[in-house]
Amino acid sequence: MRKTSLDQVYELARQDPRVVFIGSDLGAGTLDQFRDEMPERFFMEGVTEQNIIGMAAGLAMEGYIPYVNTIATFITRRCFEQVAVDLCLHNLPVRLIGNGGGLVYAPLGPTHLAVEDISIMRALPNMTVVAPVDKEEMARFIPQTLDMPGPVYIRLAKGGDPIVSRGELGFEVGKAIAMREAGDILFVSTGVMTNRALEAAEALAGSNGPACGVLHMHTVKPLDEDATLAYADKVRGIVTLEEHTLVGGLGSAVNDLLVDRLGRAAPPVLRLGIPDRFPDKYGTQDELLGYYGLQPDAIAHSVREFAALKAA
Amino acid sequence: MTHEAHIRLVGDDLDERSLELRRLVVRGLDGGKRGHLGSAFSLIEALRVLYDDVMRYDPANPVWADRDRCILSKGHGCLALYAILADKGFFPVEELDRFCRFDGILGGHPERAKIPGVEASTGALGHGLSIGLGQALAMRLQGRDSRVFVLMGDGEINEGSVWEAAMCAGKHKLSNLVAMVDYNKLQSYDRTAVVQDLEPLADKWRAFGFAVREVDGHSVDELRHVLSRLPLEADKPTAIISHTVKGRGIADAEGNPSWHHKSKISDDEVAAMYAELE
Repeated sequence: MRKTSLDQVYELARQDPRVVFIGSDLGAGTLDQFRDEMPERFFMEGVTEQNIIGMAAGLAMEGYIPYVNTIATFITRRCFEQVAVDLCLHNLPVRLIGNGGGLVYAPLGPTHLAVEDISIMRALPNMTVVAPVDKEEMARFIPQTLDMPGPVYIRLAKGGDPIVSRGELGFEVGKAIAMREAGDILFVSTGVMTNRALEAAEALAGSNGPACGVLHMHTVKPLDEDATLAYADKVRGIVTLEEHTLVGGLGSAVNDLLVDRLGRAAPPVLRLGIPDRFPDKYGTQDELLGYYGLQPDAIAHSVREFAALKAA
Repeated sequence: MTHEAHIRLVGDDLDERSLELRRLVVRGLDGGKRGHLGSAFSLIEALRVLYDDVMRYDPANPVWADRDRCILSKGHGCLALYAILADKGFFPVEELDRFCRFDGILGGHPERAKIPGVEASTGALGHGLSIGLGQALAMRLQGRDSRVFVLMGDGEINEGSVWEAAMCAGKHKLSNLVAMVDYNKLQSYDRTAVVQDLEPLADKWRAFGFAVREVDGHSVDELRHVLSRLPLEADKPTAIISHTVKGRGIADAEGNPSWHHKSKISDDEVAAMYAELE
Protein backbone atom coordinates (compact mmCIF):
# COMPACT_ATOMS: atom_id res chain seq x y z
CA MET A 1 0.00 0.00 0.00
CA ARG A 2 2.87 2.35 0.80
CA LYS A 3 4.63 1.54 -2.44
CA THR A 4 1.38 1.99 -4.36
CA SER A 5 0.76 5.38 -2.79
CA LEU A 6 4.28 6.63 -3.47
CA ASP A 7 4.24 5.25 -7.02
CA GLN A 8 1.03 7.18 -7.54
CA VAL A 9 2.62 10.35 -6.19
CA TYR A 10 5.46 9.87 -8.65
CA GLU A 11 2.95 9.51 -11.49
CA LEU A 12 1.08 12.60 -10.36
CA ALA A 13 4.34 14.55 -10.21
CA ARG A 14 5.19 13.52 -13.75
CA GLN A 15 1.85 14.81 -14.94
CA ASP A 16 1.50 17.91 -12.82
CA PRO A 17 4.30 20.37 -12.07
CA ARG A 18 2.54 21.51 -8.89
CA VAL A 19 3.26 18.21 -7.15
CA VAL A 20 6.24 18.11 -4.78
CA PHE A 21 7.36 15.33 -2.46
CA ILE A 22 8.72 15.89 1.04
CA GLY A 23 10.06 13.08 3.17
CA SER A 24 11.75 13.11 6.56
CA ASP A 25 14.43 10.42 6.70
CA LEU A 26 12.83 7.56 4.84
CA GLY A 27 14.29 4.23 3.85
CA ALA A 28 17.20 4.20 1.41
CA GLY A 29 15.98 4.08 -2.16
CA THR A 30 12.55 5.58 -1.48
CA LEU A 31 11.30 7.22 -4.67
CA ASP A 32 14.73 7.17 -6.30
CA GLN A 33 13.11 7.53 -9.68
CA PHE A 34 11.29 10.68 -8.55
CA ARG A 35 14.51 12.11 -7.16
CA ASP A 36 16.44 11.30 -10.33
CA GLU A 37 13.87 12.62 -12.77
CA MET A 38 12.52 15.61 -10.84
CA PRO A 39 15.17 16.49 -8.27
CA GLU A 40 13.95 20.06 -7.88
CA ARG A 41 10.59 18.79 -6.57
CA PHE A 42 11.98 16.05 -4.33
CA PHE A 43 12.88 16.97 -0.77
CA MET A 44 14.31 14.70 1.93
CA GLU A 45 14.68 16.99 4.92
CA GLY A 46 15.71 14.83 7.84
CA VAL A 47 14.03 14.15 11.13
CA THR A 48 12.40 17.56 11.37
CA GLU A 49 8.67 16.96 11.28
CA GLN A 50 7.72 20.42 12.54
CA ASN A 51 9.81 22.09 9.89
CA ILE A 52 8.62 19.81 7.15
CA ILE A 53 4.98 20.67 7.78
CA GLY A 54 5.67 24.42 7.84
CA MET A 55 7.75 24.12 4.70
CA ALA A 56 4.92 22.23 2.99
CA ALA A 57 2.55 25.01 4.04
CA GLY A 58 4.82 27.65 2.52
CA LEU A 59 5.06 25.72 -0.74
CA ALA A 60 1.29 25.21 -0.81
CA MET A 61 0.69 28.92 -0.25
CA GLU A 62 2.58 29.48 -3.49
CA GLY A 63 0.61 27.03 -5.58
CA TYR A 64 2.35 23.70 -4.98
CA ILE A 65 0.71 20.47 -3.83
CA PRO A 66 3.08 18.85 -1.34
CA TYR A 67 2.84 15.15 -0.53
CA VAL A 68 4.54 14.63 2.81
CA ASN A 69 5.50 11.15 3.92
CA THR A 70 6.79 9.77 7.17
CA ILE A 71 5.74 7.41 9.95
CA ALA A 72 2.10 7.94 10.91
CA THR A 73 2.64 8.67 14.57
CA PHE A 74 5.34 11.24 13.87
CA ILE A 75 3.33 13.05 11.19
CA THR A 76 0.36 13.35 13.54
CA ARG A 77 1.67 13.68 17.08
CA ARG A 78 5.11 15.23 16.73
CA CYS A 79 4.01 18.18 14.62
CA PHE A 80 0.37 18.45 15.63
CA GLU A 81 0.47 22.21 16.10
CA GLN A 82 2.02 22.71 12.67
CA VAL A 83 -0.66 20.50 11.15
CA ALA A 84 -3.37 22.41 13.00
CA VAL A 85 -2.13 25.94 12.35
CA ASP A 86 0.02 25.82 9.23
CA LEU A 87 -2.14 23.38 7.28
CA CYS A 88 -5.66 23.38 8.70
CA LEU A 89 -6.08 27.02 9.73
CA HIS A 90 -4.67 28.11 6.37
CA ASN A 91 -6.67 25.32 4.69
CA LEU A 92 -3.84 24.36 2.37
CA PRO A 93 -3.69 21.42 -0.07
CA VAL A 94 -0.99 19.40 1.68
CA ARG A 95 -1.27 15.60 1.76
CA LEU A 96 0.08 13.74 4.76
CA ILE A 97 0.90 10.13 4.05
CA GLY A 98 1.29 8.28 7.35
CA ASN A 99 3.17 4.98 7.21
CA GLY A 100 2.08 2.28 9.60
CA GLY A 101 -1.30 3.46 10.82
CA GLY A 102 -2.69 1.47 13.73
CA LEU A 103 -0.71 -1.47 15.05
CA VAL A 104 1.58 -2.04 12.07
CA TYR A 105 4.71 -1.30 14.06
CA ALA A 106 3.72 -3.72 16.83
CA PRO A 107 7.23 -5.07 17.39
CA LEU A 108 8.59 -1.55 17.84
CA GLY A 109 6.35 -0.70 20.77
CA PRO A 110 4.03 2.14 21.75
CA THR A 111 6.31 4.98 20.61
CA HIS A 112 5.77 3.82 17.03
CA LEU A 113 2.11 2.88 17.03
CA ALA A 114 -0.45 5.26 15.58
CA VAL A 115 -3.65 4.33 17.34
CA GLU A 116 -5.04 7.82 17.95
CA ASP A 117 -4.07 9.37 14.62
CA ILE A 118 -7.62 9.34 13.27
CA SER A 119 -9.14 10.99 16.32
CA ILE A 120 -6.59 13.79 16.53
CA MET A 121 -6.69 14.47 12.82
CA ARG A 122 -10.47 14.46 12.64
CA ALA A 123 -10.59 16.98 15.48
CA LEU A 124 -9.08 19.57 13.14
CA PRO A 125 -11.36 21.72 10.96
CA ASN A 126 -10.72 21.43 7.20
CA MET A 127 -8.89 18.10 7.52
CA THR A 128 -9.96 15.08 5.47
CA VAL A 129 -9.07 11.66 6.90
CA VAL A 130 -8.88 8.60 4.65
CA ALA A 131 -7.85 5.02 5.42
CA PRO A 132 -8.03 2.76 2.33
CA VAL A 133 -8.51 -0.97 2.72
CA ASP A 134 -5.95 -2.24 0.23
CA LYS A 135 -3.49 -1.12 -2.40
CA GLU A 136 -5.98 -1.21 -5.25
CA GLU A 137 -8.25 1.16 -3.41
CA MET A 138 -5.22 3.31 -2.66
CA ALA A 139 -4.52 3.46 -6.37
CA ARG A 140 -8.06 4.63 -7.03
CA PHE A 141 -7.84 7.20 -4.26
CA ILE A 142 -4.50 8.96 -4.67
CA PRO A 143 -5.22 10.51 -8.09
CA GLN A 144 -8.31 12.13 -6.56
CA THR A 145 -6.18 13.93 -4.00
CA LEU A 146 -4.65 16.14 -6.65
CA ASP A 147 -7.43 18.68 -6.69
CA MET A 148 -8.83 18.41 -3.19
CA PRO A 149 -8.78 21.95 -1.78
CA GLY A 150 -7.66 21.35 1.82
CA PRO A 151 -5.31 19.14 3.81
CA VAL A 152 -5.68 15.36 3.71
CA TYR A 153 -4.39 12.71 6.11
CA ILE A 154 -3.84 9.36 4.44
CA ARG A 155 -3.46 6.39 6.76
CA LEU A 156 -1.35 3.61 5.29
CA ALA A 157 -1.61 0.00 6.35
CA LYS A 158 1.21 -2.50 6.50
CA GLY A 159 1.20 -3.59 2.89
CA GLY A 160 0.48 -7.00 1.47
CA ASP A 161 -3.04 -6.73 2.83
CA PRO A 162 -5.64 -8.91 1.09
CA ILE A 163 -7.36 -7.27 -1.84
CA VAL A 164 -11.03 -6.95 -1.02
CA SER A 165 -11.94 -3.67 -2.72
CA ARG A 166 -13.72 -3.96 -6.03
CA GLY A 167 -13.19 -1.58 -8.88
CA GLU A 168 -16.78 -1.74 -10.00
CA LEU A 169 -17.87 -0.17 -6.70
CA GLY A 170 -15.80 2.89 -7.51
CA PHE A 171 -14.18 5.26 -5.07
CA GLU A 172 -15.14 8.75 -4.09
CA VAL A 173 -13.73 10.63 -1.12
CA GLY A 174 -16.46 11.01 1.50
CA LYS A 175 -18.68 8.31 0.02
CA ALA A 176 -18.78 5.06 1.96
CA ILE A 177 -18.79 1.83 -0.04
CA ALA A 178 -21.31 -0.91 0.70
CA MET A 179 -19.09 -3.98 0.41
CA ARG A 180 -21.79 -6.35 1.60
CA GLU A 181 -25.44 -5.55 1.77
CA ALA A 182 -26.85 -5.10 5.23
CA GLY A 183 -28.96 -7.67 7.03
CA ASP A 184 -29.70 -7.51 10.74
CA ILE A 185 -26.38 -5.98 11.62
CA LEU A 186 -24.23 -3.45 9.81
CA PHE A 187 -20.49 -3.30 10.19
CA VAL A 188 -19.11 0.20 9.69
CA SER A 189 -15.37 -0.24 9.32
CA THR A 190 -12.34 1.63 8.07
CA GLY A 191 -8.90 0.81 6.75
CA VAL A 192 -7.85 -2.83 6.75
CA MET A 193 -10.47 -3.67 9.36
CA THR A 194 -12.91 -3.81 6.49
CA ASN A 195 -11.34 -7.07 5.37
CA ARG A 196 -11.81 -8.42 8.91
CA ALA A 197 -15.41 -7.24 8.86
CA LEU A 198 -16.04 -9.06 5.60
CA GLU A 199 -14.49 -12.22 6.95
CA ALA A 200 -16.46 -12.03 10.20
CA ALA A 201 -19.68 -11.41 8.28
CA GLU A 202 -18.99 -14.44 6.12
CA ALA A 203 -18.24 -16.58 9.15
CA LEU A 204 -21.45 -15.49 10.84
CA ALA A 205 -23.45 -16.19 7.71
CA GLY A 206 -22.01 -19.68 7.61
CA SER A 207 -22.81 -20.47 11.22
CA ASN A 208 -26.38 -19.33 11.70
CA GLY A 209 -25.22 -15.99 13.04
CA PRO A 210 -26.87 -12.68 12.34
CA ALA A 211 -26.82 -11.50 8.73
CA CYS A 212 -24.25 -8.72 8.54
CA GLY A 213 -23.58 -6.04 5.97
CA VAL A 214 -20.33 -4.13 5.64
CA LEU A 215 -20.15 -0.41 4.99
CA HIS A 216 -16.55 0.53 4.25
CA MET A 217 -15.98 4.00 5.63
CA HIS A 218 -12.64 4.71 3.96
CA THR A 219 -13.18 8.40 4.61
CA VAL A 220 -13.63 8.94 8.33
CA LYS A 221 -13.83 12.67 7.86
CA PRO A 222 -16.03 13.89 6.35
CA LEU A 223 -18.12 10.94 7.51
CA ASP A 224 -20.65 9.72 4.97
CA GLU A 225 -23.62 10.69 7.09
CA ASP A 226 -26.23 9.96 4.45
CA ALA A 227 -25.13 6.39 3.93
CA THR A 228 -24.81 5.75 7.66
CA LEU A 229 -28.25 7.16 8.41
CA ALA A 230 -29.84 5.33 5.51
CA TYR A 231 -28.58 2.00 6.86
CA ALA A 232 -29.30 2.91 10.46
CA ASP A 233 -32.95 2.86 9.53
CA LYS A 234 -32.80 -0.66 8.18
CA VAL A 235 -30.70 -2.63 10.64
CA ARG A 236 -31.14 -3.83 14.21
CA GLY A 237 -27.66 -2.89 15.27
CA ILE A 238 -24.45 -1.24 14.10
CA VAL A 239 -20.96 -2.52 14.86
CA THR A 240 -18.10 -0.12 14.28
CA LEU A 241 -14.70 -1.64 13.70
CA GLU A 242 -11.38 0.17 13.73
CA GLU A 243 -7.70 -0.48 14.35
CA HIS A 244 -7.69 2.58 16.57
CA THR A 245 -8.42 3.73 20.09
CA LEU A 246 -12.09 3.87 21.00
CA VAL A 247 -11.54 7.48 22.03
CA GLY A 248 -12.67 9.71 19.21
CA GLY A 249 -12.25 7.49 16.17
CA LEU A 250 -14.70 6.00 13.70
CA GLY A 251 -16.91 4.52 16.42
CA SER A 252 -17.19 7.86 18.13
CA ALA A 253 -17.94 9.62 14.87
CA VAL A 254 -20.73 7.16 14.05
CA ASN A 255 -22.11 7.31 17.58
CA ASP A 256 -22.12 11.10 17.56
CA LEU A 257 -23.98 11.14 14.28
CA LEU A 258 -26.60 8.63 15.41
CA VAL A 259 -27.24 10.35 18.73
CA ASP A 260 -27.32 13.80 17.20
CA ARG A 261 -29.64 12.86 14.37
CA LEU A 262 -31.73 9.99 15.68
CA GLY A 263 -31.66 10.35 19.45
CA ARG A 264 -33.54 7.51 21.11
CA ALA A 265 -34.46 6.10 17.72
CA ALA A 266 -30.82 5.27 17.02
CA PRO A 267 -30.06 1.57 16.70
CA PRO A 268 -27.83 -0.04 19.35
CA VAL A 269 -24.14 0.38 18.61
CA LEU A 270 -21.22 -1.86 19.48
CA ARG A 271 -17.84 -0.18 19.12
CA LEU A 272 -14.89 -2.49 18.56
CA GLY A 273 -11.43 -1.01 18.71
CA ILE A 274 -8.45 -0.53 20.99
CA PRO A 275 -9.01 0.27 24.66
CA ASP A 276 -7.83 3.53 26.20
CA ARG A 277 -4.45 2.37 27.39
CA PHE A 278 -1.00 2.11 25.88
CA PRO A 279 -0.35 -1.26 24.27
CA ASP A 280 1.68 -3.46 26.61
CA LYS A 281 2.64 -6.22 24.19
CA TYR A 282 4.91 -6.50 21.15
CA GLY A 283 4.74 -9.27 18.56
CA THR A 284 3.02 -8.70 15.24
CA GLN A 285 0.14 -6.52 14.08
CA ASP A 286 -1.98 -9.65 13.80
CA GLU A 287 -1.07 -10.73 17.31
CA LEU A 288 -2.00 -7.35 18.75
CA LEU A 289 -5.25 -7.31 16.79
CA GLY A 290 -5.97 -10.71 18.31
CA TYR A 291 -5.06 -9.42 21.77
CA TYR A 292 -7.68 -6.70 21.39
CA GLY A 293 -10.34 -9.01 20.00
CA LEU A 294 -10.11 -7.51 16.54
CA GLN A 295 -9.54 -10.63 14.45
CA PRO A 296 -12.47 -12.15 12.55
CA ASP A 297 -13.26 -14.96 14.99
CA ALA A 298 -13.34 -12.65 18.00
CA ILE A 299 -15.28 -10.04 16.07
CA ALA A 300 -17.85 -12.66 15.08
CA HIS A 301 -18.12 -13.76 18.68
CA SER A 302 -18.67 -10.17 19.88
CA VAL A 303 -21.28 -9.57 17.22
CA ARG A 304 -23.14 -12.74 18.10
CA GLU A 305 -23.35 -11.65 21.73
CA PHE A 306 -24.29 -8.13 20.77
CA ALA A 307 -27.04 -9.34 18.47
CA ALA A 308 -28.41 -11.60 21.17
CA LEU A 309 -28.31 -9.07 23.98
CA LYS A 310 -28.80 -5.63 22.50
CA ALA A 311 -30.21 -5.98 19.08
CA ALA A 312 -32.66 -8.81 19.62
CA MET B 1 30.10 44.24 21.53
CA THR B 2 27.98 42.35 24.01
CA HIS B 3 24.23 42.38 23.81
CA GLU B 4 24.12 44.13 27.18
CA ALA B 5 25.98 47.06 25.68
CA HIS B 6 23.34 47.36 22.95
CA ILE B 7 20.45 47.99 25.26
CA ARG B 8 20.95 51.71 25.57
CA LEU B 9 22.61 52.11 22.19
CA VAL B 10 19.37 52.91 20.45
CA GLY B 11 20.36 55.79 18.29
CA ASP B 12 18.91 59.23 18.26
CA ASP B 13 15.45 60.30 19.18
CA LEU B 14 12.71 58.79 17.09
CA ASP B 15 11.79 60.80 14.00
CA GLU B 16 8.28 61.81 12.99
CA ARG B 17 7.74 58.73 10.82
CA SER B 18 8.61 56.41 13.68
CA LEU B 19 6.40 58.39 16.05
CA GLU B 20 3.53 58.37 13.57
CA LEU B 21 3.62 54.58 13.28
CA ARG B 22 3.77 54.25 17.05
CA ARG B 23 0.71 56.45 17.33
CA LEU B 24 -1.09 54.04 15.02
CA VAL B 25 -0.10 51.21 17.35
CA VAL B 26 -1.59 53.17 20.24
CA ARG B 27 -4.74 53.66 18.20
CA GLY B 28 -5.05 49.88 17.90
CA LEU B 29 -4.23 49.46 21.55
CA ASP B 30 -6.97 51.93 22.40
CA GLY B 31 -9.38 50.13 20.06
CA GLY B 32 -8.91 46.80 21.78
CA LYS B 33 -8.05 48.21 25.20
CA ARG B 34 -5.27 45.67 25.18
CA GLY B 35 -2.26 44.51 23.26
CA HIS B 36 1.41 43.56 23.24
CA LEU B 37 2.69 47.11 23.21
CA GLY B 38 6.28 46.36 24.19
CA SER B 39 6.59 43.65 21.54
CA ALA B 40 5.17 45.95 18.87
CA PHE B 41 7.27 49.01 19.69
CA SER B 42 10.55 47.14 19.37
CA LEU B 43 9.58 46.12 15.83
CA ILE B 44 8.55 49.46 14.36
CA GLU B 45 11.77 50.48 12.65
CA ALA B 46 12.38 47.05 11.12
CA LEU B 47 8.89 47.02 9.60
CA ARG B 48 9.11 50.66 8.61
CA VAL B 49 12.32 50.17 6.66
CA LEU B 50 11.07 46.95 5.05
CA TYR B 51 7.85 48.56 3.84
CA ASP B 52 9.17 52.06 3.14
CA ASP B 53 12.49 51.22 1.54
CA VAL B 54 13.07 47.55 0.83
CA MET B 55 10.12 45.40 -0.10
CA ARG B 56 8.23 45.20 -3.38
CA TYR B 57 4.46 44.95 -2.94
CA ASP B 58 1.15 46.37 -4.09
CA PRO B 59 -1.49 47.22 -1.46
CA ALA B 60 -4.15 47.14 -4.19
CA ASN B 61 -3.14 43.58 -5.05
CA PRO B 62 -1.87 41.96 -1.85
CA VAL B 63 -1.46 38.57 -3.53
CA TRP B 64 0.60 39.85 -6.45
CA ALA B 65 2.77 36.84 -7.30
CA ASP B 66 6.00 38.81 -7.67
CA ARG B 67 5.76 40.59 -4.32
CA ASP B 68 8.27 40.19 -1.54
CA ARG B 69 6.76 38.32 1.39
CA CYS B 70 6.98 39.39 5.02
CA ILE B 71 5.89 36.96 7.73
CA LEU B 72 5.51 38.28 11.25
CA SER B 73 6.38 35.05 13.00
CA LYS B 74 6.20 36.73 16.40
CA GLY B 75 2.51 37.23 15.83
CA HIS B 76 1.97 38.92 19.18
CA GLY B 77 3.78 41.96 17.78
CA CYS B 78 0.94 42.34 15.30
CA LEU B 79 0.00 45.91 16.23
CA ALA B 80 3.23 47.04 14.58
CA LEU B 81 2.36 45.09 11.42
CA TYR B 82 -1.20 46.41 11.43
CA ALA B 83 0.13 49.96 11.80
CA ILE B 84 2.35 49.74 8.74
CA LEU B 85 -0.24 47.83 6.66
CA ALA B 86 -2.89 50.42 7.51
CA ASP B 87 -0.47 53.21 6.78
CA LYS B 88 0.25 51.68 3.36
CA GLY B 89 -3.42 51.28 2.54
CA PHE B 90 -3.83 47.51 2.71
CA PHE B 91 -6.95 48.23 4.77
CA PRO B 92 -8.55 51.38 6.21
CA VAL B 93 -6.86 52.89 9.23
CA GLU B 94 -10.24 52.79 10.98
CA GLU B 95 -9.86 49.02 11.33
CA LEU B 96 -7.40 49.73 14.13
CA ASP B 97 -10.29 51.03 16.21
CA ARG B 98 -11.79 47.52 16.12
CA PHE B 99 -8.61 45.69 17.15
CA CYS B 100 -9.50 42.45 18.96
CA ARG B 101 -13.19 43.25 18.73
CA PHE B 102 -15.88 40.76 17.81
CA ASP B 103 -16.61 42.34 14.44
CA GLY B 104 -13.07 43.39 13.55
CA ILE B 105 -10.62 41.71 11.19
CA LEU B 106 -7.56 42.55 13.28
CA GLY B 107 -7.16 39.94 15.98
CA GLY B 108 -4.62 39.71 18.75
CA HIS B 109 -2.55 37.63 16.36
CA PRO B 110 -2.52 38.10 12.58
CA GLU B 111 -4.47 35.87 10.22
CA ARG B 112 -3.84 35.21 6.57
CA ALA B 113 -6.82 35.60 4.23
CA LYS B 114 -8.65 37.67 6.82
CA ILE B 115 -6.28 40.65 6.71
CA PRO B 116 -4.96 41.95 3.39
CA GLY B 117 -1.16 41.89 3.45
CA VAL B 118 -0.79 39.25 6.15
CA GLU B 119 1.15 36.33 4.68
CA ALA B 120 0.72 33.75 7.45
CA SER B 121 -1.44 33.17 10.48
CA THR B 122 0.93 33.27 13.40
CA GLY B 123 0.79 33.50 17.14
CA ALA B 124 1.86 29.97 17.96
CA LEU B 125 5.59 30.61 18.04
CA GLY B 126 8.24 29.02 15.91
CA HIS B 127 6.19 28.49 12.75
CA GLY B 128 7.15 31.40 10.53
CA LEU B 129 10.63 30.44 9.44
CA SER B 130 9.52 27.06 8.10
CA ILE B 131 6.62 28.61 6.23
CA GLY B 132 8.93 31.31 4.92
CA LEU B 133 11.52 28.85 3.69
CA GLY B 134 8.77 26.92 1.92
CA GLN B 135 7.79 30.14 0.18
CA ALA B 136 11.43 30.89 -0.62
CA LEU B 137 11.82 27.44 -2.16
CA ALA B 138 8.67 28.08 -4.17
CA MET B 139 10.08 31.39 -5.44
CA ARG B 140 13.22 29.60 -6.52
CA LEU B 141 11.25 26.83 -8.25
CA GLN B 142 9.14 29.41 -10.05
CA GLY B 143 12.15 31.48 -11.06
CA ARG B 144 10.88 34.59 -9.25
CA ASP B 145 13.24 37.04 -7.63
CA SER B 146 10.86 37.68 -4.72
CA ARG B 147 12.37 37.57 -1.27
CA VAL B 148 10.90 36.32 1.98
CA PHE B 149 11.43 38.16 5.26
CA VAL B 150 10.58 36.40 8.52
CA LEU B 151 10.46 38.46 11.70
CA MET B 152 10.96 36.48 14.88
CA GLY B 153 11.10 37.33 18.54
CA ASP B 154 13.94 36.45 20.86
CA GLY B 155 11.68 34.45 23.15
CA GLU B 156 10.24 32.79 20.07
CA ILE B 157 13.57 31.33 19.03
CA ASN B 158 13.58 29.22 22.17
CA GLU B 159 11.42 26.95 20.02
CA GLY B 160 13.24 23.95 18.57
CA SER B 161 11.25 24.23 15.36
CA VAL B 162 13.11 27.47 14.56
CA TRP B 163 16.39 25.60 14.55
CA GLU B 164 14.98 22.79 12.44
CA ALA B 165 14.03 25.48 9.95
CA ALA B 166 17.42 27.16 10.24
CA MET B 167 19.18 23.88 9.40
CA CYS B 168 16.91 23.43 6.42
CA ALA B 169 17.36 26.97 5.10
CA GLY B 170 21.11 26.64 5.41
CA LYS B 171 21.09 23.32 3.60
CA HIS B 172 19.12 24.77 0.71
CA LYS B 173 21.30 27.91 0.58
CA LEU B 174 18.18 30.06 0.42
CA SER B 175 19.69 33.41 -0.36
CA ASN B 176 16.19 34.80 -0.93
CA LEU B 177 15.28 34.20 2.73
CA VAL B 178 15.94 36.74 5.47
CA ALA B 179 15.45 35.81 9.12
CA MET B 180 15.22 38.86 11.37
CA VAL B 181 15.41 38.46 15.13
CA ASP B 182 13.89 41.26 17.16
CA TYR B 183 16.38 40.96 19.97
CA ASN B 184 14.90 43.16 22.67
CA LYS B 185 16.37 40.95 25.39
CA LEU B 186 13.09 40.58 27.24
CA GLN B 187 10.69 37.72 26.99
CA SER B 188 7.43 37.49 28.87
CA TYR B 189 8.73 36.42 32.27
CA ASP B 190 12.10 38.13 32.47
CA ARG B 191 15.26 38.89 30.53
CA THR B 192 16.22 36.33 27.91
CA ALA B 193 19.56 36.01 29.67
CA VAL B 194 17.68 34.75 32.72
CA VAL B 195 14.93 32.64 31.15
CA GLN B 196 16.84 30.98 28.31
CA ASP B 197 20.06 32.67 27.30
CA LEU B 198 20.47 32.85 23.54
CA GLU B 199 24.12 33.81 23.40
CA PRO B 200 26.23 33.48 21.41
CA LEU B 201 23.33 34.25 19.10
CA ALA B 202 25.16 35.44 15.99
CA ASP B 203 27.44 32.42 16.16
CA LYS B 204 24.42 30.14 16.35
CA TRP B 205 22.96 31.49 13.12
CA ARG B 206 26.37 31.39 11.45
CA ALA B 207 26.75 27.77 12.48
CA PHE B 208 23.44 26.97 10.83
CA GLY B 209 24.66 28.37 7.51
CA PHE B 210 23.43 31.94 7.59
CA ALA B 211 25.22 35.14 6.70
CA VAL B 212 24.74 37.26 9.81
CA ARG B 213 24.66 40.97 10.58
CA GLU B 214 23.90 42.65 13.88
CA VAL B 215 22.24 46.04 13.73
CA ASP B 216 20.79 48.66 16.00
CA GLY B 217 17.19 47.80 15.31
CA HIS B 218 15.96 51.32 15.97
CA SER B 219 18.44 52.94 13.60
CA VAL B 220 16.68 53.53 10.33
CA ASP B 221 19.98 54.26 8.63
CA GLU B 222 21.61 51.03 9.80
CA LEU B 223 18.61 48.97 8.81
CA ARG B 224 18.48 50.60 5.37
CA HIS B 225 22.17 50.03 4.89
CA VAL B 226 22.00 46.32 5.64
CA LEU B 227 18.66 45.58 4.01
CA SER B 228 19.68 47.27 0.78
CA ARG B 229 22.58 44.81 0.39
CA LEU B 230 20.75 41.50 0.34
CA PRO B 231 21.72 38.78 0.06
CA LEU B 232 24.70 39.39 2.27
CA GLU B 233 26.35 36.32 0.77
CA ALA B 234 25.40 34.79 -2.54
CA ASP B 235 24.66 31.24 -1.41
CA LYS B 236 23.40 31.75 2.10
CA PRO B 237 20.22 32.81 3.80
CA THR B 238 20.58 35.99 5.81
CA ALA B 239 20.06 36.43 9.54
CA ILE B 240 19.76 39.94 10.89
CA ILE B 241 19.98 40.26 14.62
CA SER B 242 18.22 43.46 15.38
CA HIS B 243 19.17 44.82 18.79
CA THR B 244 16.15 46.64 20.09
CA VAL B 245 14.49 47.92 23.21
CA LYS B 246 11.16 46.45 24.16
CA GLY B 247 8.59 49.21 24.42
CA ARG B 248 10.88 51.70 22.64
CA GLY B 249 9.24 55.10 22.64
CA ILE B 250 7.36 55.00 25.93
CA ALA B 251 9.64 55.65 28.88
CA ASP B 252 7.71 53.53 31.37
CA ALA B 253 7.48 50.62 28.95
CA GLU B 254 11.09 50.54 27.80
CA GLY B 255 12.77 47.42 29.06
CA ASN B 256 9.88 46.72 31.40
CA PRO B 257 8.61 43.12 31.29
CA SER B 258 5.22 44.12 32.65
CA TRP B 259 4.57 45.87 29.32
CA HIS B 260 4.96 42.65 27.31
CA HIS B 261 1.19 42.53 27.23
CA LYS B 262 -1.28 44.99 28.73
CA SER B 263 -5.01 44.77 29.11
CA LYS B 264 -7.64 47.10 30.57
CA ILE B 265 -5.79 50.11 29.26
CA SER B 266 -7.40 53.29 30.50
CA ASP B 267 -8.17 56.48 28.57
CA ASP B 268 -5.67 58.32 30.72
CA GLU B 269 -2.92 55.87 29.85
CA VAL B 270 -3.73 56.22 26.16
CA ALA B 271 -3.66 60.01 26.41
CA ALA B 272 -0.31 59.87 28.17
CA MET B 273 1.10 57.63 25.47
CA TYR B 274 -0.09 59.93 22.70
CA ALA B 275 1.47 62.86 24.55
CA GLU B 276 4.77 61.04 24.78
CA LEU B 277 4.69 60.20 21.08
CA GLU B 278 4.09 63.74 19.86
